[in-house]
Amino acid sequence: MRPLVALGCGTLFGAGLTLSGMTDPARVLGFLDVLGAWDPTLALVMAAALAVSLPAFQWVRRHPRPLLDSQYFVMERTDVDADLLIGAVLFGVGWGIAGLCPGPAIATVVSGSPEILLFVASMAAGIGVRHWQSRASGSG
Amino acid sequence: MLDAGLLWAVYGGLMIGAAAALFFWLNGRIAGISGIFGDLLFERRHGHWPWRLTFLVGLALGYLAIRVWRPELGEFQLQTGPVGMVIAGLLVGYGTRMGNGCTSGHGICGIARLSPRSFAATGTFMLVAILTVALLRHSGVFA
Repeated sequence: MRPLVALGCGTLFGAGLTLSGMTDPARVLGFLDVLGAWDPTLALVMAAALAVSLPAFQWVRRHPRPLLDSQYFVMERTDVDADLLIGAVLFGVGWGIAGLCPGPAIATVVSGSPEILLFVASMAAGIGVRHWQSRASGSG
Repeated sequence: MLDAGLLWAVYGGLMIGAAAALFFWLNGRIAGISGIFGDLLFERRHGHWPWRLTFLVGLALGYLAIRVWRPELGEFQLQTGPVGMVIAGLLVGYGTRMGNGCTSGHGICGIARLSPRSFAATGTFMLVAILTVALLRHSGVFA
């Protein structure tokens, strides 16, 4: 059942990304380019998504467990550490270069664009390096 | 009145928020795509790969569904060449695992959970991405 729910939620998520224009790096960079012809689309997408997810997540957490599992799988840490901020900086630079973040890149990997494939393969390599590092240092 | 693209943005955003909320309500999981993708590739110990795989397959199916229904909505223009794609991909992959999340996990789910870490991460990657674009497009150094 859980893989089916994941399939449904993933499909809804991917359709939402595409419908809203977030699978188009030109629109994403248009939003990030505050000195150019600013495109407010991404802000509107975030606001609309949070208008649903914010009240919904608060409501869900009032229940002791999710419907189909025994517990919630969330990061309970609240401290802002150096890894979090440095990781966000590196991600921000990459996002600003290509206008692609993981969701839209994986959604459009079936478009047939070799550049998207290259991006996703590089992303996997970057993730692999990080996993290998944290395993080697014993923290992950 | 909003133009058509902005109206689609609102509908799409509502769908993204609903997908994240349903996933949390039903499966108790965060729809954080960098984490789902990374753990599918490198964390196979606990037999969680089926839902991770189906979620990512769903992302692509959702994209294809919209492209079949309205081809013009599925169009995109890449903004950098192969070298830029490799550098950006490496940074996005490494950075999202180091910082434990991306636009979906921190930006949509983490902020919805009111997580201080996600507020800090989202503010940071937004600001840095804006500075990166300003530097690449307007500084004259890379033009």
